Amino acid sequence: MKKNANENLKNKYLLIGLSVFCVLLIGLSFANSDVVAPIKQVTGYLVTPVQKGINSFGTWLSGLTDNFEDAENLREENASLKEQVATLTEENSLLVQEHEELERLRDLYDLDEQYSSYEKVGANIIAKESGNWFDIFTIDKGSNDGIEVDMNVIADGGLVGIVTEVGANWATVRSIIDDESNVSAMVSTTSDQCIIAGNLTLIDEGSLELFQLTDTDNAVHVGDKVVTSYISEKYLPGILIGYISELNNDSNNLTKSGYVTPVVDFRHLQEVLVILELKDYTPSASSESEASAEEEAQTESAETESESDTEPGSVTE
Amino acid sequence: MKRKLVIALLIVICVLVQASICPMIAIAEIKPNLLIILTVSFGLMCGRREGMLIGFFCGLLTDLFFETTIGFNALIYLWVGYFSGYFYRIFYDDDIKTPLLLISVCDLAYGVVQYAFRFLMRGRLQFFFYLGRIIMPEVIYTLILTIICYQIFYRINRKLDLAGD
Repeated sequence: MKKNANENLKNKYLLIGLSVFCVLLIGLSFANSDVVAPIKQVTGYLVTPVQKGINSFGTWLSGLTDNFEDAENLREENASLKEQVATLTEENSLLVQEHEELERLRDLYDLDEQYSSYEKVGANIIAKESGNWFDIFTIDKGSNDGIEVDMNVIADGGLVGIVTEVGANWATVRSIIDDESNVSAMVSTTSDQCIIAGNLTLIDEGSLELFQLTDTDNAVHVGDKVVTSYISEKYLPGILIGYISELNNDSNNLTKSGYVTPVVDFRHLQEVLVILELKDYTPSASSESEASAEEEAQTESAETESESDTEPGSVTE
Repeated sequence: MKRKLVIALLIVICVLVQASICPMIAIAEIKPNLLIILTVSFGLMCGRREGMLIGFFCGLLTDLFFETTIGFNALIYLWVGYFSGYFYRIFYDDDIKTPLLLISVCDLAYGVVQYAFRFLMRGRLQFFFYLGRIIMPEVIYTLILTIICYQIFYRINRKLDLAGD
């Protein structure tokens, strides 16, 4: 009996000890993430190869089951694809026209080479965050391939997320549909600034939240393209995020909010591209432009346009 | 010693499977929680001390791989393991009903704590949405997986016990 009580006490001490240790760790990682970084490096280094193996095995397995489903799906898909081809050809002819326009505008803006010439590296997704609450995943490339924290990740021609942590041969990426993700963005047609945020409640729609859109001229419409903004601290400008699917007036009548359908298919994402270029971020310049963005929100006149037109130039310099 | 090694290996395997296989078998974007099953099973079969330690290391490993704040998951799983250890020797561990009940309670608690600390704190107030769309489906899916996994863990534990004697 006494031994039992003793054991009980020991367990309680251990519980309290470990709890305190955990709380300390939480505090420590809030205060300074550099302290725990080395441990993460080591664990990541050991685990990545194993995870790669498991992952390729899993992909092989799911490939097997997919084969059965495929036959049925293919017929349906074929029918819908034929329809799509028809609409696409129509769209294509429109796009060709628009492309010519784009060329002209690009010359005008002198942005020609800037976006297409980013150096990128391809990577495979090897693991996903273990719970159901967040959209964070691990890729199989790291600092050995030149990846750094805050680099932008793209796929399917659209923005996927941002690198949050890097090891020698792995990196973790927070996707833009993650509940804690916020991207400073703008509508490509009007250069109106807005914020694109992930929200777990939109898990079924697969869309993103859009808010604080300053659209004083009512020129933004459903279906407009949303790209990353010039004033963003971490995201390179002009990366496609998605298309506006819904737009409502906020109760303050100054800003609008709504939803954006991302171009990236996050459910079936397997390979991503990491842009090996960091945004040149100078705090002073950004705070200035952010301040001007706020001013924009308040001035309800055509000034907005002229201001936002000058902005890109000042940042790209 | 052999027991410790096997269990350490089991923890690592479960954490890895949770991160790489579970996303593939996810239904409607919901993954089962293998780590809760592991922690509760061993807490139930071997007592508080073992449950606590297994939970702690499970949580710590997930934190190290995926989280920017280290220790949060470790803390939750630590308490889950300790709590389930209370049922050690009160129930027969070859009966599947107790682990099923215990795991659903723990997974529910895990979901609520996650919501409270990481979503409610950021002003996400629609608790019932999260309960219905994330927490409950996870509990149900985890329960289904428990039926398979508990048998495996139970056998491993039996083998280890026999080898230990």
